[in-house]
Amino acid sequence: MDKVLMKGNEAIAEAAIRANCRHFFGYPITPQTEISAYMAKRMPKIGGTFLQAESEIAAINMVYGAAGAGVRAMTSSSSPGISLKMEGLSYIAGADLPCVVVNIVRAGPGLGGIQPAQSDYFQAVKGGGHGDYRVIVVAPASIQEAVDSTINAFDLADKYRMPVMIIGDGMLGQMMEPITFPETAGKALAEKEWATTGTKMTRKPNIINSLYIQPEELEKIIMARQKKYEDIEKSEVKYEAEGLDDAEIVIVAYGTTARIVKAAMALAQKSGIKTGLIRPITLWPFPKDIIYKTAKKAKAIISVEMSTGQMVEDVRLAANGACPVYFYGRTGGAVPQPKAIFEEIRRYA
Amino acid sequence: MQVLFQRPKALTDAPFHYCPGCTHGIIHRLIAEVIDELGVQGDTIGVAPVGCAVFAYNYFNCDMQEAAHGRAPAVATGIKRAHPENIVFTYQGDGDLAAIGTAETVHAAARSENITVIFVNNAIYGMTGGQMAPTSLVGQVTQTSPYGRKVEMQGYPVKVAEMLSTLEGSAFIKRCSVDSIKNINDTRASIKKAFQCQIDKKGFSLIEVLSTCPTNWGLSPVEALEWLRGNMMPHYPLGTYKDITGGDKK
Repeated sequence: MDKVLMKGNEAIAEAAIRANCRHFFGYPITPQTEISAYMAKRMPKIGGTFLQAESEIAAINMVYGAAGAGVRAMTSSSSPGISLKMEGLSYIAGADLPCVVVNIVRAGPGLGGIQPAQSDYFQAVKGGGHGDYRVIVVAPASIQEAVDSTINAFDLADKYRMPVMIIGDGMLGQMMEPITFPETAGKALAEKEWATTGTKMTRKPNIINSLYIQPEELEKIIMARQKKYEDIEKSEVKYEAEGLDDAEIVIVAYGTTARIVKAAMALAQKSGIKTGLIRPITLWPFPKDIIYKTAKKAKAIISVEMSTGQMVEDVRLAANGACPVYFYGRTGGAVPQPKAIFEEIRRYA
Repeated sequence: MQVLFQRPKALTDAPFHYCPGCTHGIIHRLIAEVIDELGVQGDTIGVAPVGCAVFAYNYFNCDMQEAAHGRAPAVATGIKRAHPENIVFTYQGDGDLAAIGTAETVHAAARSENITVIFVNNAIYGMTGGQMAPTSLVGQVTQTSPYGRKVEMQGYPVKVAEMLSTLEGSAFIKRCSVDSIKNINDTRASIKKAFQCQIDKKGFSLIEVLSTCPTNWGLSPVEALEWLRGNMMPHYPLGTYKDITGGDKK
């Protein structure tokens, strides 16, 4: 297929449409608003629904209703709005509903700022809402990867009946890159026999619910979900690895930060320092096996993030003491520079 | 043998968990009778609230979704937008609808979302044990207004039917009561009209039902009905507040 030049946010929206998402519920917030604007333009022309909700809380609950009714549904927001969606996300996870949520992360806490950040890592991968639940979290580093991840996110959500979050930042959302949309036309969607579509008097009522008053009953349901999460940890981990065979210093970085890290690695190569990169594409499930395997050979691992150090905790857990794990980051919307990352590499080489 | 009285088909045989004298059971039955009469059981999708009616999904014999506290109109919006030909109703109490879910309620009405809301107003939070509701009356003693609701401290009760009737998007808004046979019959007719309003794609309909909570009001069921008539009705007058369907006016 032909290449097209598209802005990240618009490419994500178009990818969702090509994945047969026809129900989008949003609320304006910088720097993701182009997703809503694109949906507002396209959905009416293809018989879909774009609805600007009265709040992010309402938007995620509309997603709950639509997902429970069996259609592919999506919402998007940025950090403060995602905080508001956490209640709904917990209910969606608790009712085993598939949906896709996009977080184009901005700096926090509070209103923070609108510049790129990765400081929602904890919220995304550790739950965010209440209760024992997980969300598959995918962190693309390019617009092509954002397109592919968004299309795949709907399949993953349906397969596992759970929310999938696409996490990016303003850099990814706002920049333009040439992309190709994969062929999705004519792809059949799985039948959702559990959905509330009206019984038509041909079956027993379907109930979408997360309330179980008896502890043993609720525990059983949570443990069944836990088993599903274990399967996902075995089969859905995605990462990119580079130069791990002979690297002294290995950097773990995700999303747009990983692209800056690659520039720092080129500087290190010129100085004769062998570096490697592990770029988690799925933040949950986290690529812990490759990190442990690498930690056994490397001199040190550095986690580079646009935060004060969130993913580094998972990197340390994965390395399990096999080598020292250091952290370098910028936060508040400031972006790490290749030279500063290179200085960190040199410090531990 | 002639059957004179039976369970509506749109109710399951699960026994209600409601307290003695509580009017939720009557209102459930009225909705189920309307679903039966309209023959829409197979097309109906209900949304249960958080509050005393939280288990409504076990009682209605149709597809159901349980919403988070206050979010039923948003959940119903998602369902209706996915399946515009289905009949979608929410069942909500006063805390759910008029406190934590005010925004969802007002905007569903403003959008003229083609859904039906059954709003049970008993002027108290029942499930959590009798706290002050947005619809508790001035002077009403509750667990969280132990000296009576004072306007200087807690302001005034919210008149939902009046408020929503000011919105251009609302199609049929009526306040009813289940304190007497006459009013129960009127409530049934009003719920039926609200469902018909949705079937005819006229837009947002809401039936507010004045209801009793003998347990948390600390009254016997009969005293509770008297309290409803003596105290709630003067503040919450019954009647039609909005009707674009071409029916009876207030």
